[in-house]
Parts: sequence; structure tokens; C-alpha cells
Amino acid sequence: MKVEEDRDERQLVAALRAGDEAAFRALIDRYHAMLVRVARMYVSTQAAAEEVAQETWLAVLEGIDRFEGRSSLKTWIFRILTNRAKTRGIREGRSLPFSSLERNEPAVEPERFTGGDHPWTGHWSAPPREFPEEQLLAGETRQVIAAAIAALPATQRAVISLRDVEGWSAEEVCNALTLSETNQRVLLHRARAAVRAALEKYLKEST
Amino acid sequence: MQAANTYEELSCQELVELVTDYLEDGLPDELRERFERHIAHCSGCTAYLEQMRATIRASGTLTPESLSPEAERALLDAFRGWKR
Repeated sequence: MKVEEDRDERQLVAALRAGDEAAFRALIDRYHAMLVRVARMYVSTQAAAEEVAQETWLAVLEGIDRFEGRSSLKTWIFRILTNRAKTRGIREGRSLPFSSLERNEPAVEPERFTGGDHPWTGHWSAPPREFPEEQLLAGETRQVIAAAIAALPATQRAVISLRDVEGWSAEEVCNALTLSETNQRVLLHRARAAVRAALEKYLKEST
Repeated sequence: MQAANTYEELSCQELVELVTDYLEDGLPDELRERFERHIAHCSGCTAYLEQMRATIRASGTLTPESLSPEAERALLDAFRGWKR
């Protein structure tokens, strides 16, 4: 898989340098939507995020001759985007998106656990039940997941999309978004907890 | 995501906050052992962990967001402009 990916990337880079439109099209098909989503972490509107992603492609074309392959092409492209989106976000007067990370939202509502007067504080009072597998993969359930992801704050949305929908590794996400391992994990934790809660609610109501 | 004090067993409420660290292989050995010890005896937390794994699996079946035709057109125009 990894080796194939590398070869595929080298071919894409060579084709892009030669001005091959099909190679460019393959890259924008693969990454543009995700670039916009990541840009949205830093800038205030969807239109601004689209603009930053478009500028990124121009920078990719301008810079492709200097791309040395020390990082993967994917990481390189997302780094360009992240830098531009950050600069733009700062110009817009937005604080960096990770400043709100300290807020400690629980993964599960406290009401689901026994309270302080109970001899076993913090144990399930309303324990969860495993999800029924066949329902989990139904089309409607997937819409619930997609809606739950769409409703997340932009930073969590970007991280869970890259990790769990696109299947990137933690390391790739940290590199591309210039996130620390800890922040990546906190964002992923919050995002997954929210999606799980939405699924639980939906599956409980529909059975 | 603070760890409970070393001498005590984890409560369920503490455990759910460690699930991502556990699945990411990011727990220190001692805490991972306590996590696994708790899971071995707690059906609620076992179900929670399974729900979380199922959530991740199900997210993986979503179709990645695709490029809109308008965006594609704009980008290809830009590409042709760049080539000239």
C-alpha cells in the first residue's frame, strides 16, 4: 500500500511538472474538498476557505519544481494550505482554533453515571448497549453520521474526516495540519464522542 | 483526560475519557493495564468501547466529500491559465 502510494505520487509529480492536466485533475479530485474543510478551521467563511484552497493549488503549481519529496506530496500540499489559511485567519483577526481546546466537555453526559452520594461514584447508571451491526451500515444510519460530523466545530470536523472517513494516520494528520499529537487526539476524542452519542440516540429511537 | 489516582480503580466515567488514547495506543503501560482490568469486569464499558469501534468503522464507510463541478471548472481554468 505504502509503496504503491509512493510510486503513484512520483508519477503524479512528474506528470504535473510536465503540465499534464489529467494529473492535476486527479489531485484536485482527491484533495480539494478536504483542503476547503481544513481551511475552514482557520477562516470565518466557506467562501474564504474556497479561496484559500484555490490559492493553494496555484502555489502547488508554482512550487512543484521545487518539491523535493522529503515529505509526501499530500503533506506538502496541506502544509501550504495550512500556512495560508493561518495567515488569512490572523488577518481576519481570528484567534487560532486550538485556543478553545482547554474547555473540558465530557465524552458522555454526566447524568449517565451515578452521582456523588452513591457508593460507586462514576459508574454507569444508564449503561450503553452494543450497536446492532446490520443497522449500523444502513444508508439512513450513515446519513446520521454524516450529519453529526457536519455539525461539529470546524477543527474537530477536519480531524475526524481525515482520520476516520479518509483513513489518514495520526502522524499524517499532525504533519498536514501542524497539530501536536496531543491536540490531534483531543480533537479526535471529542469528535468521535459526539458522533457516537448521535448514533446511540438515533439507534435507540429507531428500535 | 486526567488520570485517576494510581491507587484506585478507574471509574466508568473516567474510563470513557481514555477510550481514544487507548485505541490510539497512547496510554502509559500502568494506565493501560488499569483500563483493561476495568473493561474485563464491566459490561457497560465493554459495550461503550464496542460502540466506539463501531462508530469508527461506520465513519469509514462514508463517501469522502467530492469536488463540486463549479470548483473543478474554476480550478481547471486556473490550471490552463498557469500553463500558458
